[in-house]
Amino acid sequence: MRPYTDQSGPAASPSSGDAVPAPDRRATAAVERPQAGDRRRAWRSRRYRWDTKYSPYAFVAPFFVFFAAFGVFPLLYTGWSSLHRVSLSAPNDMEWVGLHNYTRLLEDEFFWNALRNTFTIGVLSTVPQLLMALGIAHLLNYRLRASGFFRVAILTPYATSVAAATLVFVLLFGRDYGMINWVLDAVGLGKVDWQSGTLSSQVAVSTIVIWRWTGYNALIYLAAMQAVPNDLYESAALDGATRWQQFLHVTIPSLRPTILFTVVVSTIGATQLFGEPLLFGGAGGQKGGASHQFQTLGLYLYEQGWFNFHLGRASAIAWSMFLILLIVAGVHLLVARRLRKSQ
Amino acid sequence: MKPTKPTPQRRPVLRGRAGRHLHGGPLTYAVLILFTAGSLFPLVWTAIAASRNNTRLSQTPPPFWFGGNLFKNLQTAWTDANMGLALLNTAVVAGTIALGTVLFSTLAGFAFAKLRFRFKNLLMLLVVATMMVPPQLSVVPLFMTVAELQWTDQLQAVILPTLVSAFGVFFMRQYLVQALPSELVEAARVDGASSLRIIWHIVFPAARPAMAVLGMLTFVAAWNDFFWPIIALTQDNPTVQVALANLGQGFVPDQSVIMAGALLGTLPLLLAFVLFGRQIVGGIMQGAVKG
Repeated sequence: MRPYTDQSGPAASPSSGDAVPAPDRRATAAVERPQAGDRRRAWRSRRYRWDTKYSPYAFVAPFFVFFAAFGVFPLLYTGWSSLHRVSLSAPNDMEWVGLHNYTRLLEDEFFWNALRNTFTIGVLSTVPQLLMALGIAHLLNYRLRASGFFRVAILTPYATSVAAATLVFVLLFGRDYGMINWVLDAVGLGKVDWQSGTLSSQVAVSTIVIWRWTGYNALIYLAAMQAVPNDLYESAALDGATRWQQFLHVTIPSLRPTILFTVVVSTIGATQLFGEPLLFGGAGGQKGGASHQFQTLGLYLYEQGWFNFHLGRASAIAWSMFLILLIVAGVHLLVARRLRKSQ
Repeated sequence: MKPTKPTPQRRPVLRGRAGRHLHGGPLTYAVLILFTAGSLFPLVWTAIAASRNNTRLSQTPPPFWFGGNLFKNLQTAWTDANMGLALLNTAVVAGTIALGTVLFSTLAGFAFAKLRFRFKNLLMLLVVATMMVPPQLSVVPLFMTVAELQWTDQLQAVILPTLVSAFGVFFMRQYLVQALPSELVEAARVDGASSLRIIWHIVFPAARPAMAVLGMLTFVAAWNDFFWPIIALTQDNPTVQVALANLGQGFVPDQSVIMAGALLGTLPLLLAFVLFGRQIVGGIMQGAVKG
């Protein structure tokens, strides 16, 4: 590729075309062949019109082509195969069963169990995570020494993969030799069986999520806090508001859109929770524990599709998850609107 | 020093009371240090556990300092869990996905930010809407396709479905709306520059900071991607996450070797964090304000 050579005035000279990157064949064809000035100009202006008219589509095309092939088509096809009996061993043998997969789901206690678990783990992980992130962001918003270090350090878990993080926490949460139980024992609280209890295992899984995402959310809140105009704080201070009141009545309301954004993103993340419970369960982790006590919808889908070989049923679970997400998004929207009205 | 900016000292009455620009007190530092320790401790302890052996890890109290088995465990993880191949594969996958996402997102983001074409708003709405669609929804047909094409265990099965990102398009659009003056594009047009020339000489230089940030974020996400790779790949040709999942599900029963694998899989990103941490933090905060 030639460097930028075009600083010298208007680029109307015929030679300007050959600095164009290779894919634009029309451009090079136009300048290589010697032509009469008129024809060249006509060609040039036609090329120019084509270029301005069609190149925007060329620029957005890759996204939409890939998205159609790997997003829209699979989405619809999942809906289609959810109406069939499809086995993993013979994915092309589809037998129409109508809504059978869905009605079967509604009768399946493990579906309801997974739905319940997804909800509780979602609440257990999202609420503390966002509250802590808000507090940390508030502290980071002070003038600090080594603020750069703190920011990078709290974001480090974000660089850790689900797999690596979960494997460490499996050891930390170990029943007999885990560090957390050792500490609990040392302070006299007694050991907890983090694997097999329902609430305790869900708390453990949530801890992994909280650990990985709190710093990330804190930075998002911090960015929003720094965009709050200082005048607001000054006038609040003039009105005699304490720092806590300023936080409640200036910071939080200014952050409302950001908080809503993180709530929505975290909810979507919580609905799709998969890797943490899978690996927390160790061997046979797709069950989500011996009595399915921390099996999420994502795990249930995986178990039905890739361990029980029912791809049709897995598709039905996928579409149910989508519907649940839409309902959740609708509720968020309603709440947001209600909040805005009440203001 | 910009003389036009009002300094906080101008209003001494309010110092210490207004909510911002306050110095943190000892309590602030104490809480932050505690939180930072909590963030870093599991990572440090991964290294500690990886440097011990299985017998030591099944004793109380758990080890708090490094032992002498680190290199032996790393070696076992490297050979037994295919970590060498896994790291190479992951580098290829994450690198390709990051490059593709940055390139396609910049092109599309530029078109959405600065060019005029029919259905623009509708298409942009479509892009934003797709950010809502969970990966679970397409995993069954994607698996069928991969099986049909006999792509199981081949890297393109993981690369192609993730090569573009709606978030990337949105991110680049938001950035270019502000960072790229429309006059610059129009002037280049008037001078007869073709679209590709404008992309190369004007858009790419203007978008470079955002491209770097998007590239880093995409690389981290692709490196850590779990759900689809574990379905599309097996232990024979794994990414790091697939190899780790197999470690954790009983492929190797030795806990210290598992920790060594986890360390190997995390180390490259941690190094990147040490080097580019500030930029990544800046990118996330920038994306947050604009998004």
